[in-house]
Amino acid sequence: MMLTLLWTDTLVWLLVAMLAAWGWSARRDRLVLERWQAVFTSRLALTSALVLAAYVVVALLDSVHFQLAGGQVRSLLDLLFAHLLENTERTYSAPFATREFVKSVVQEGGVTRQVHLPLAHVHPERFWPDVGLGLALGTGLTGLLWLVRYGVSPIFKGRILARADRRLFWAVLWAILTVFCLLWALSRDFHVFGTDKVGNDVLFQALKSIRTGVLIGTLTTLLMLPLAIGLGVMAGYFKGWVDDVIQYLYTTLNSIPGVLLIAAAVLVMQGMLENHPEWFGSAEARADLRLLFLTLILGLTSWTGLCRLLRAETLKLSQVDYVRAARALGAGHGRILLRHITPNLMHLVLIAVVLDFSGLVLAEAVLTYVGVGVDPTMNSWGNMINAARLEMAREPAVWWSLAAAFVFMSLVVLAANLLSDRVQQVFNPRSAD
Amino acid sequence: MLNYLMRRLLYAVPILIGVNLITFALFFMVNTPDDMARIHLGAKQTTPEMIEAWKAAHGYDRPLFFNPEAEGLGTVTDTLFFNESMRLFTFDFGLSDSGRDIGEDIRQRMGPSLALALPTFLLGLWVNITLALAVVLFRYSLVDRTALVAAVVLMSISGLFYIIGGQVLVSKMLHWVPISGYQPGADAWKFLILPVLIGVVSGLGSGLRWYRTLFLEEVEKEYVRTARAKGLSPWQVMRRHVLPNGLLPILTGVVVVIPTLFMGSLVMESFFGIPGLGSYTIEAIQGQDFAIVKAMVFLGAVLYIVGLMLTDIAYAWADPRVRFK
Repeated sequence: MMLTLLWTDTLVWLLVAMLAAWGWSARRDRLVLERWQAVFTSRLALTSALVLAAYVVVALLDSVHFQLAGGQVRSLLDLLFAHLLENTERTYSAPFATREFVKSVVQEGGVTRQVHLPLAHVHPERFWPDVGLGLALGTGLTGLLWLVRYGVSPIFKGRILARADRRLFWAVLWAILTVFCLLWALSRDFHVFGTDKVGNDVLFQALKSIRTGVLIGTLTTLLMLPLAIGLGVMAGYFKGWVDDVIQYLYTTLNSIPGVLLIAAAVLVMQGMLENHPEWFGSAEARADLRLLFLTLILGLTSWTGLCRLLRAETLKLSQVDYVRAARALGAGHGRILLRHITPNLMHLVLIAVVLDFSGLVLAEAVLTYVGVGVDPTMNSWGNMINAARLEMAREPAVWWSLAAAFVFMSLVVLAANLLSDRVQQVFNPRSAD
Repeated sequence: MLNYLMRRLLYAVPILIGVNLITFALFFMVNTPDDMARIHLGAKQTTPEMIEAWKAAHGYDRPLFFNPEAEGLGTVTDTLFFNESMRLFTFDFGLSDSGRDIGEDIRQRMGPSLALALPTFLLGLWVNITLALAVVLFRYSLVDRTALVAAVVLMSISGLFYIIGGQVLVSKMLHWVPISGYQPGADAWKFLILPVLIGVVSGLGSGLRWYRTLFLEEVEKEYVRTARAKGLSPWQVMRRHVLPNGLLPILTGVVVVIPTLFMGSLVMESFFGIPGLGSYTIEAIQGQDFAIVKAMVFLGAVLYIVGLMLTDIAYAWADPRVRFK
């Protein structure tokens, strides 16, 4: 087994490292800490943050790839749910069903009959043992975390949660871990969300889609931030022709309808990939490269809003007393920008990052439907919805793919929206009362 | 004001040239016409002669920006950029890669797009504003909080689910209206009513929140208390005082959208099989027809700039302080 990191894996871990570094450097900053403590005094925000954290953990598990002896590339999540990769059926089956959804023609002793064939990897008699195992595992894991928290207390001071509702925290954590363990335990003997057209487990697809959604929501902002911050601050600080050029740039980009610009860029990118097969070794690498390009394109088309906001704020800030004092004391442009202006814009950046996440997750589904989203072979909620469109037209309808995508996607978007509301409320000085 | 609008109009020219440069760079420089020919001809064993023939047939065999072989003005005009991009300024969209007249297609498909987008827009506006006013009337009460939670939940569901859900429930199970399709004339409402309603519902969450914030800011002001004190009912205060005063910020967000209604909705139209500009664009994207995508990008940019100018006019109309400056 050999560790192989795809391009997006590297970027994701880079992002994690950057966040960790930022957290480490800000750990003594009382103001930031107090703000975050205030965010988590809201029960809704606390719950949402935990749900989001669960998605992120799954996405991170899915971002550590190994090359197996047979040459296949598998992630940690794949290894955890290896049984789902193997337990494929022949065709559609409903959640928890024991037989196939479609009738097959069978010949028995010269008589031709149509029957629902039994599924190969379903063991109904193990339902209650699995439920027990899931509950036990979930509770056990929560207990373990609790022990770590209170046994090794000096390491985890939990200062961010100092004013949060502790009991709610542990209850929600227990619920999330238990649901996850239940899904894991049950998935060994059932198809919890049924199977798709070629018999692949839908739960597995929905779980794999988490990485795609989370990556698009986070990497896009990561790629967009340097552009938005750099240009916005420069336009607001230097004014004059710099401002004119930057304003012209974002007005031009803004005047192209978003989806069309993305579509045009993605079309070009597809053409490039078609003409350069030497850029990637395998189908996974190709899909991954396409995802990377998609986040890049989304980033290049979505920096204008934040840039305009930062420009306006910088215009205001550059007239503030402490900036003028710094200038009078002989501070250079670079110093003023880095020490006095940019740090005071960070709350806007933070709000934008959290706010953009849910929009990007939703955009992935629409773009994939239009045909300019992620690779069709990649697991994503957009691809699941796309396939479900035809399945719903069947009689009777195959509803479980759509239902799985709906549950997984709406939950993360809802959590992100609720958290971003709270973050905005706390970090926006104008709404502070 | 006229002076200002003229300046605005002149400012639009460099922006549109910029838009053209972007699409041109995307379609002709990142992917050379040779690459395009290879994609369209499809087969792996395309000979150089076949590629040259395809380029000549579509007029893609000219140099990019500068033609040293032509004479006089021809050095600039007999180039790909001038022919493919600058020509758009006269609204001459040329032929699509499959040989159809794009301008004619656009004229034909504008009708169905508007028939869907305009009612969605107007009904959505009316529903959002009415509900927001009602919610502000009961501000900080249980009604308000419930509406806010409902709005967040509505916002968190992808529009695709509303469409598929609506189609299955209303068309497939209840058989009230056809699932998809379109018919011009009096029978069109049968095909439009479901997409219009779905469009309104899927925009409700974010719309309600946005208008609520606007009206909430307005309702805290002194004149509202005066109006109440002079004996107006709460609802009348909302309608006669808060709504007109809240109109100004609404105008900025709303007027700019109006011209782009012509472009239609990509997803709605293709789900409901409405032959408008949205489904036209989707077909072009899926068929990799760069000529159509380029034309639609240009059209979209023009309409957006028109929207910005309309916003200025609407502002002057609504706010005398702007008008007399």
